[in-house]
Amino acid sequence: MIGPVMVGPSSSHTAGACRLALLARYLLGEKPKRVEFGLHGSFAKTGKGHGTHLALVAGVLGLKPDDERLKESLSLAEREGVEVVFKEVELGDVHPNTVRMALEGEKERLVVTGSSLGGGVVRVFDVDGFEVRITGSAPTLVVKNVDTPGVVARVARILADDEVNIAYLTVSRKKRGGEAMMSIEMDRPLTEKPLEYLAYLSYILWVRQIPPVMD
Amino acid sequence: MPLTLNSLAALSGRASEHVLREEVEETGLTPEAILEKLRERLSIMRDSVRRGLASDAPSVAGMVGRNAKTLWEAEDPLKDPLLKRVQAYAMAVNEENARMGRIVAAPTAGSAGTLPGALLGVADHLGIPEEELLMPLVLAAGVGKMIGRVIHIAGASGGCQAEIGSSAAMAAAAVTELLGGTPEACAHAAALALQNTLGLVCDPVGGFVEVPCVMRNGFYAVHAVSAASMALAGIRSVIPPDEVVLAMARIGRLLPLELKETGLGGLADTPTGRKLAEEALKKA
Repeated sequence: MIGPVMVGPSSSHTAGACRLALLARYLLGEKPKRVEFGLHGSFAKTGKGHGTHLALVAGVLGLKPDDERLKESLSLAEREGVEVVFKEVELGDVHPNTVRMALEGEKERLVVTGSSLGGGVVRVFDVDGFEVRITGSAPTLVVKNVDTPGVVARVARILADDEVNIAYLTVSRKKRGGEAMMSIEMDRPLTEKPLEYLAYLSYILWVRQIPPVMD
Repeated sequence: MPLTLNSLAALSGRASEHVLREEVEETGLTPEAILEKLRERLSIMRDSVRRGLASDAPSVAGMVGRNAKTLWEAEDPLKDPLLKRVQAYAMAVNEENARMGRIVAAPTAGSAGTLPGALLGVADHLGIPEEELLMPLVLAAGVGKMIGRVIHIAGASGGCQAEIGSSAAMAAAAVTELLGGTPEACAHAAALALQNTLGLVCDPVGGFVEVPCVMRNGFYAVHAVSAASMALAGIRSVIPPDEVVLAMARIGRLLPLELKETGLGGLADTPTGRKLAEEALKKA
C-alpha cells in the first residue's frame, strides 16, 4: 500500500493501466505490430486526463509504471512501428476501470481483458475468451491445452517435479472436448527445462510464463 | 486471521512490529528486505517533496503547478510552521504527480501527498531522523492493507473517501506511532481520520488528478495530524475502527457513478469545471 513507485497522475488509471498492458505484452510474447485498446467505464470517461492512453501504450512497449519515458510513449510507439488505436467499449457488468486489448504480433493475435482495481492492483480475467486470473503479483504460467482428461494432473506433476508450489489455479474451457486454458500463479518461476518440456507436449497448445509486474 | 484495526488495537508493544511480522509471514521476505524497500520508497517520497516545493511548472492540464511553491515561500501570518509545512509537503507531492513526475502511491497516486505531508512534515518539524520513519511506514502500509481487504481502494469504486480517507488513516496511524502512541491509539487515530472523510466524492475536473486533488492532499495531511493528536491525547472513536471501515465501504457502494472518478458530477459538473475540462482536453 506504499507503492508503486510510478509516474503520475493516477495509480489505477496510469500505473494499473500500464501493468495491464505489460501483462498483455508478456502474454503475446513479442513486440506487437498493432494494438486496439477498448476502454470501458471510467477508463473511457476520464482516461485521457489520467494519462491512461500513454500508460497503456507504454505497457505494450514493455515499459514499467516508474519509467519516465511513459510520458512519451505515443511517439515511442510511432518510432518502433507499433500502431495503436483507441475505442470506447461497453463490456457490461465489469469493474469501471477495464480495458480490452486486441494485440497483433508477427506470429500471434491475442485478446486480453483486465481491470485496474485501485492502488495499481490489476487483474487480467480473460484471454481469448477463456476465464483466467493473472494479477502479476507472482510468476504465472498460462497454458492453453486440449480439453482431455489428465492434463491438469500432468502439468501439476511437471511443476511438482521442479519443486514449484502452486498458489492459485484456474481452469476454464469454452466447450467440452475443445480447448481449455489454465492460469497458474506460482511461488517461484518454473525453470527452463520443464518449461520447454511442457511446450513440447502434444496436448499443450500454447504456454507463456509471465513474470510479476508488481514491485 | 489477518490483522484488522480492531485486533491491532488489542495488542501491546508497537503496532508496526505486529504488522511487520505479518508481512514477513505473508511474503516470505526478511524484515531487513522489507525495511530496505521502504527506505528506498521513503527517499523517493522525500525527493518528490523537494522537487514539488521548488517547481512552479504547470501540470498536464495546467490547472495546478504553483500552489506548493507559493505556499512554501509565502509569509506565515499564523506563525505555525507545522501547519504550513504539512500542507506544502503534501501539495508538493501531488503537484509532481499532476506533472507526471515520479511519486510513490500511498495508497494511490491521487492521494500520494497525504502520508509524506503528515509524516515528513511532523518529522522535520520535530527534527526526527529519517531512519525512525521506517517503522511508522510499515504501519501505514499495514493500515492501507487492512482497509484494502474490505474495499477496492480507488475513487472509481468508493469515491474519494476510499482514496484520501485511506491515505489519511494510514498517515494518522503512522504519525501516532512516530510520536510513541500505543497500537490502540494508532488504530483509533486511523478510525478518527477515516470517519471524518466519509461520503467524500471523487469529482475531478475534466477527469484530471488536479482539482480538487492537489489541495485536498494539503487539507487531509493536516486532518491526519489532527487525528493523531486527538488519539495521542486519549480520544477514541466511539464506533469501533473496523465498523468505520465497513461504513466507508457501504457508502462507497451507495455513491452514484457520477461521483466516482468519472468526471461527470460535483465540481467537474459546474459551468467553470466543464469549461476548464474542454480547454484542458485540447491541450492534453
